[in-house]
Amino acid sequence: MTLKFTLSLSAGLLALGVAGAQAQEPMKIGVVSVLTGPGAALGQQVRDGFQLAVDKNGGKLGGLAVQITVIDDELKPDVAVGKVRSFVEGGKVDFVVGPVFSNILGAIAKPVLDSGAFLISPNAGPSTMAGKACNQNFFVTSYQNDQVHEVLGKYAQDQGYKRAYIIAPNYQAGKDSLAGFKNYFKGEIVDEVYAPLTSMDFASDIAKIASTKPDVVFAFLPGGLGVNFVKQWSQAGLQGKIPFLSAFTVDESTLPAQQDAAVGLFGGMTWAPNMDNPQTKKFVADYEAAYKIVPGSYAQQAYDAAMLIDSAVKAAGGTGDKDKLRAALKKADFTSLRGKFKFNTNGYPIQDFYLVKVAKRADGKFQTEIAQKVFTDYADPHAKDCALK
Amino acid sequence: MTTSLLIVQILNGLQFGILLFLVAAGLTLVFGVMDFINLAHGVQYMLGAYLAVTFVGLTGSFVLGLALALAAALLIGLALEFLVFRHLYERDHLDQVLATFGLILLLNQGVKMVWGAAPLSVPVPAFLSGSVPLMDGILYPTYRFALIGAGLAVGALLWFIVEKTRTGMLLRAGASNPSMVSALGVDIRKLFMIVFAFGTMLAGFAGAMAAPILSVEPGMGDTVLILAFVVIVVGGIGSIRGAFVGALIVGLVDTLGRSFMNDLLRLFMSAPSARATGAALSSMLIYLVMAMVLFVRPEGLLPAKGRS
Repeated sequence: MTLKFTLSLSAGLLALGVAGAQAQEPMKIGVVSVLTGPGAALGQQVRDGFQLAVDKNGGKLGGLAVQITVIDDELKPDVAVGKVRSFVEGGKVDFVVGPVFSNILGAIAKPVLDSGAFLISPNAGPSTMAGKACNQNFFVTSYQNDQVHEVLGKYAQDQGYKRAYIIAPNYQAGKDSLAGFKNYFKGEIVDEVYAPLTSMDFASDIAKIASTKPDVVFAFLPGGLGVNFVKQWSQAGLQGKIPFLSAFTVDESTLPAQQDAAVGLFGGMTWAPNMDNPQTKKFVADYEAAYKIVPGSYAQQAYDAAMLIDSAVKAAGGTGDKDKLRAALKKADFTSLRGKFKFNTNGYPIQDFYLVKVAKRADGKFQTEIAQKVFTDYADPHAKDCALK
Repeated sequence: MTTSLLIVQILNGLQFGILLFLVAAGLTLVFGVMDFINLAHGVQYMLGAYLAVTFVGLTGSFVLGLALALAAALLIGLALEFLVFRHLYERDHLDQVLATFGLILLLNQGVKMVWGAAPLSVPVPAFLSGSVPLMDGILYPTYRFALIGAGLAVGALLWFIVEKTRTGMLLRAGASNPSMVSALGVDIRKLFMIVFAFGTMLAGFAGAMAAPILSVEPGMGDTVLILAFVVIVVGGIGSIRGAFVGALIVGLVDTLGRSFMNDLLRLFMSAPSARATGAALSSMLIYLVMAMVLFVRPEGLLPAKGRS
């Protein structure tokens, strides 16, 4: 299903009417995101975060009217490739923004980059495209995936925890996650558990944790897995008893379901809705007004992607000169919601990472809040394998 | 491995088995009596959970919300029976599978449009929150005890209806030989509708009872459906007793396998390879059990009488 909405219509008509001059071609942007299936809550944040930036800019980016095409990748690589290929082959496309999941990125990167469009990932940051497979037209406004898990490993090590129980789903990202944690955590691993991706009930794992009494638990249980685990964790009476560190397990997409059960649990991220800068305050207020939920990192990174495009198109004076546009993108001369933001040679950010903690706000909603900085100006280690300068 | 951990894990296995029994009981009834493959049974479980979210939220009471959710699940089930299933009873299994698979897609998407894609939850009712201390400080959540109790009660009720009442007798007869039951002058359509309504209620009840411990999200019924099919294959199609025994076996094997497989393997291999093998082996354990049952007793452990 491809939804098309031409935001530029009213602005374009207005410009025609007033100036009567030649209408400029709107900039064509595809937003590739998952809008069906279990990942849809994340995909909607990406779509809405990007849309919000465009709306707040009066339907323009870099002074140009934009025509956004939203493409649902359905979290199926074959479907994503088919839809994205027909989109980029259907006419001159300037930017493709997306997707949420790394396996989709692997599928769509080639057709998008071959078409000459810039590919900006608002979330997926696989190690392959940070290293050997890096591309001059590929930029990431999130992070390199490993880094988020390393934040928790570093924190656990810094805290002096000796024994850790670590758990992740039994698939590649789960294995990468626990490896990332162990890169920095040097204590004893009490148990390393790979749960089936379809797990619903973690009662048996939680009973095991209660009986082995580790100093700290690290979990990478995205989406519904995390909701199940956190609820059952709290029901077993372990909340607040054993420190709980996690990646992508407690965030704004899962908190509406986890609620009080998640309060006090830790995650790792580059941003949180309580980040102390004026642009974040405005973004969170605008997003909540428009979509009635607290924005998470997915929305934030998509918003930053839009602001990045805005700054680059403005600096390059349009999208005609690709080299000029690329140079402007690399400068990352925009006000990131994170405050500090710059690109490494491989198109991935160099940025700060924080330990975040779940809190209940005064209005009864839940959000993550920054607890402490764990990494400063942290660049991913794969950049050295990238040939770009 | 300590005794208390073993006891907790057996309780977890029982509780998981009971949940599976609630889903599988409806599935096996519909399959056994009506010879109808209802893949949409899993989404009816999901609907039960979503309705519980809505009604518990509206009424503020878990018991009242549960009752309303059950009533609504029944209504939706009857509407589906009238609109879709009724026209499929005479068709062959492939048509039924296709049509009910279509319903899965439709209802998963429909749920997302009504309730949104993000996972939701139901709070544990206050009178069942907290935990019961077992030996040496190991706690077990009260709600899970309540779930085991509710499942056993439903099981007993089902046993009573199926074994001791006239409707139950017709059900058993229908499971063995539906055309003969029809020839004897029983309104088979009405019987089918009762069975179907009952199956829907059971699935809805399972979903609503699972809502406080599991995340309520689109597609949550799909994994349960697969397990429920394993249960009825192990237990024997059309047999409530079989569903009960099969569900407990699947629940216990899955839970105990997941918690002790690593330790078991570590006795005779290195830790990393035990971990890798254990994760793979424990997730396929229930399917191995199913394959073994199919090999030794293809009709299941406790099949409905007279069914071949």
